[in-house]
Amino acid sequence: MKKNNKKFLSGGLGQLTIPLIAIALLFIFNLIRDPGFFSIGISHNNDGNAVLAGNLISIINGASELAVLAMGMTLVTAACGGQDISVGAAAAIAGSVFVKVLKSGSGISGGTVLLAFVAACIVAMLFGTFNGVLVAVFKIQPMIATLILYTCGRSIAYWINGGATPTVSSHIITAIGSFIPGIPIPTPVLIVALVAILFKLLFHFTSLELFTQSVGINGSAARLNGINSTFIKLLSFIILGVCVAVAGTIGVSRLSLINHETLLLDVEMDTILAVAIGGNSLGGGKFKISGSIIGAYVIQMLTTTLYAMKVSSTDVKAYKAIVIVLLVVIGSPVVKQRFGKLLERISSKKKITVKGAEE
Amino acid sequence: MRKLKSLLLVGLLVLSCVLTACGGGKKGGNIKVGVVNNPPSESGYREANVKDMEAVFSAENGYELKTAYSIKNDEQLQAAQGFITEGVDYLLISAAETTGWDEVLKKAKEAGIKVYLFDRMIDVDESLYEAAVVSDMAKEGETAVKWLLDQNLSEYNVIHIQGAMGSDAQIGRTGALDEQFASGKMTKVVQQTATWDEAEAKNIVESVINSGASFNVIYAENDGMAKGAVAALDEHGITHGVDGDVIVMGFDCNKWALRELLAGKWNYDGQCSPFQAQIISDLIKGTKTASSKKIINEEKGFDAKALTQSDIDTYGLGE
Amino acid sequence: MQEEILLQMKGIDKKFPGVLALNGVDFTLRKGEIHALMGENGAGKSTLIKVLTGVYQKDGGEISLEGQNVSIKSPQDAQNKGISTVYQEITLCPNLTVAENMFIGRENGSWIKRKEREKRADEILGGLGIPARSTQQLGDCSLAVQQMVAIARAVDMNCKVLILDEPTSSLDDKEVNMLFDLMRDLKSKGVGIIFVTHFLEQVYEVSDRITVLRNGELVGEYPVEKLPRVELVSKMMGKDLDELSTLGEHEEKKTIVNDVLYEAEGLSSSEAQPFDFSIRRGEVNGFTGLLGSGRSESVRAIFGADKVNGGTVKIKGEQVKVTKPIDAMKHGIGYLAEDRKRDGIIAELSVRENIILALQVMNGMFKPISRSEQEAFADEYIKVLNIKTASRETPVGSLSGGNQQKVILARWLLTHPDYLILDEPTRGIDVGTKLEIQKLVLKLAEEGVSVTFISSEVEEMLRTCSRLIVMRDRRIVGELKGKDLNQTQVMKTIAGGEA
Repeated sequence: MKKNNKKFLSGGLGQLTIPLIAIALLFIFNLIRDPGFFSIGISHNNDGNAVLAGNLISIINGASELAVLAMGMTLVTAACGGQDISVGAAAAIAGSVFVKVLKSGSGISGGTVLLAFVAACIVAMLFGTFNGVLVAVFKIQPMIATLILYTCGRSIAYWINGGATPTVSSHIITAIGSFIPGIPIPTPVLIVALVAILFKLLFHFTSLELFTQSVGINGSAARLNGINSTFIKLLSFIILGVCVAVAGTIGVSRLSLINHETLLLDVEMDTILAVAIGGNSLGGGKFKISGSIIGAYVIQMLTTTLYAMKVSSTDVKAYKAIVIVLLVVIGSPVVKQRFGKLLERISSKKKITVKGAEE
Repeated sequence: MRKLKSLLLVGLLVLSCVLTACGGGKKGGNIKVGVVNNPPSESGYREANVKDMEAVFSAENGYELKTAYSIKNDEQLQAAQGFITEGVDYLLISAAETTGWDEVLKKAKEAGIKVYLFDRMIDVDESLYEAAVVSDMAKEGETAVKWLLDQNLSEYNVIHIQGAMGSDAQIGRTGALDEQFASGKMTKVVQQTATWDEAEAKNIVESVINSGASFNVIYAENDGMAKGAVAALDEHGITHGVDGDVIVMGFDCNKWALRELLAGKWNYDGQCSPFQAQIISDLIKGTKTASSKKIINEEKGFDAKALTQSDIDTYGLGE
Repeated sequence: MQEEILLQMKGIDKKFPGVLALNGVDFTLRKGEIHALMGENGAGKSTLIKVLTGVYQKDGGEISLEGQNVSIKSPQDAQNKGISTVYQEITLCPNLTVAENMFIGRENGSWIKRKEREKRADEILGGLGIPARSTQQLGDCSLAVQQMVAIARAVDMNCKVLILDEPTSSLDDKEVNMLFDLMRDLKSKGVGIIFVTHFLEQVYEVSDRITVLRNGELVGEYPVEKLPRVELVSKMMGKDLDELSTLGEHEEKKTIVNDVLYEAEGLSSSEAQPFDFSIRRGEVNGFTGLLGSGRSESVRAIFGADKVNGGTVKIKGEQVKVTKPIDAMKHGIGYLAEDRKRDGIIAELSVRENIILALQVMNGMFKPISRSEQEAFADEYIKVLNIKTASRETPVGSLSGGNQQKVILARWLLTHPDYLILDEPTRGIDVGTKLEIQKLVLKLAEEGVSVTFISSEVEEMLRTCSRLIVMRDRRIVGELKGKDLNQTQVMKTIAGGEA
């Protein structure tokens, strides 16, 4: 019994315990509130494709940008022990570049979309490098270093398209942002899966995970074992850059429009929260990408639940804050330790009573 | 990295060159006009506004235009002071803040410079300026709601997507619709702010669709949010526009939005006109006279059925 | 010398969970004396000081100041009672002026006007001959002057007992002399000074009396002229000289004559003075010296752990550049760092991950060792080194110190180094494991691996090394081999000077 309890808290599911419990609670809450909340139906969209619809789909779909960003942010957090708060602004830049390239050609074909995405990636990676150099080389605290891009990023995005909010109309873009004909699952969800698989492959075919964790847990020891921690930190920012480009592209494609002022506005805080809810230490070190993805879904589920309850969207942020504070506090080492002790005490009491019965 | 920085720097330089170049004009017996405005980077609206000023107060029309752009009130004040010292004939101001202008406007008056306000009011005595040409956001709302009532729907189930709460545009455009909700003529399915965020607007509409509630009007307080709402409709197979189940209404008259109207995908777009230059020019040249100090810039509402390409070219903002 | 007793600490006990840090320690400080407090790592020096300054509360014993029993509740309380400390790291504010620093946060909040303050500061500084102006920014002064300002501040606060904790470690010779002049001046004014340092020369230059601690216990108090250096060293290291001479010599180690594997000339780093060093294939040699003598800094320079400033390095006869750890690793050098927690283990990672880390780094990021191989490596070394762990997936931080050390040893053994540097591999681990590690070192040497071994326990080094390099005050002062390899000779060389 005692062993099980411990395992439940520290081993086993380990850091995924809290986010999974959070998801379960939200599920139960919604089922009680409205049994039909999670019903999934098949409807036909305006392009005539059969697609899945329902709150659950909306949640998984809506969390896509957040999930992609959270994956990259997890790596930065693990390596640098700090967070990049410029992801929203950088995504606006990437999205603007994406649209700029799309509109520079005569028509939009698969090739131009690919080219535009590659351009967005390169630009986002460059800005990632900028942040990374400040953090890894100049040893500036990540939040302070990325404050620079956070502040000026959307202005840079403005310059790219000259202040307009250009729209792109192309069935390819619509396919990226909503559904590919013949596939009932929203494309952004597929993209999240793809990015997650890419991360999995990256960790499988390189020892990046080991190195990143080593740098994050004990930078001094990592250095003395020959790890180039500057490079690892820089790399984490560049990888986050790719995630930023992906998120920006999804965001733009959803609406076929780039508004540099509103694209992924305030997403950085949700991203950091997703990482935290996922049980990753914001101080760096050991990490689980899967935790951050679940964290992203927790946040989106919360938002969708609040919308469904017709909570005014001005109030949504406040309610979200309350729930998130609870989650983060419950997930904190202090509470975990206390809770673990409590469980131990309960289980030891039980043992005593059992013993007593035996006697 | 250094390269990137220098690239940015060059970019800045080029931008500032372009801006100052715009400020130049031909010399001669032209009317000297100093314009203190927000920078075109502020919004698509401002961009159109700046372009309109440049077009109307051109040398061809007999003007010499000087411009200063800033989003900071104190910088604007300095610029205005500069124009007074330089000795312009007219000072046109769209202020960043409503306060702090007394001193400068008094000096202008002493120097015999006539002041026109455009787009935004300032908290000063009316005697300090000739006229203020502004938009009436409440009227924009009224025009839109009147159009909606004219559609003679059997019932009005409205999803109302608001702009950033407390902004002039939100307050103005919400007012008229709120009256209808209060009178019971229209039913409020949901009223939520998306704070001008397209993606947020999409979430709001998606949430309504998932809840199964029925609706037949989407009233979004700007074009972007209307587009977000439409994206949600498209994904869930709900038809919209001229022959569709749901009426889509937006504001601001971006060119791309008007094109949606022309294609029949949206029904209505309300203008928020950045075109005050002609009115001011008419007043300066005396071809028109102001009936009051506050001149409401007349704004149109466009119906998809009546819209023409030339309307888009004339009234559309951006590209 | 006045014999009036200023401070008396009697039978001081201090317990920490699992450790008795101070066990009935006595310490007496007289008026107008400079009293050196000596001891190796873990002797209890800093604990005693912290008890005296109210950072820690004692668990037993008495403290009396000028004949009156006192209890010191906090650092502030200690200061009010006239006990001031000047630490190695300056604890003043570099961005305030000298005068501001001298008067900041002083008791009873008496507000002295700025001009007045500056005037008084100048008077005090002048009186003590400290070359600083009251209006200067403290940060603009040299470290020595900053330290002196801190002392001046203490003096002005009517301090009777002045504790100087490693004050000279970042000063040059001239500055040290300036500081010593100031200390002598204060001494003549009746201040009792407790001087904590690891520089033997300085102890003999300036102190009147020496108290030696070892393992939390008092070894004794001696007037400086009655304690020759070599005896001081033996007392600090816990070996009685007489006892040593009667102890049989160790088996004489053969001097190794294989090829030279590693050779450094004039090697220096940000932390280490230039030195020459070489090691032959299959040789075990060691750096010895007191704590702070520069032994760790030297081996760190060999491994490129600190910023290397100069010198030429030859490995297997070829000149190479070793400026960072990965260079050293690529040339077959492994380094087990002195501070296991800070520089060794990655606590939250598993035993397996910790073992394969160095090898993985050498392989490069794009050639990951497969999971099954990792497990095989981990299992192998857990068995070979007898690492006691619940499983190979247990976080290494939850292992005992000795087993953590074995994990790091395993990490380096897995890279099959030609040259292994072990800095204090046996510190803080149980006796059984110590012996295992010593045996392992000898076995490695037999297999042709060169090993540099550092330990605070001379005995341990004598048992393993065929050559000892002795360091004092950051310089190599001798090299012992053959029949010179015995405790007495080591002590003498460490102590230097007259013996």
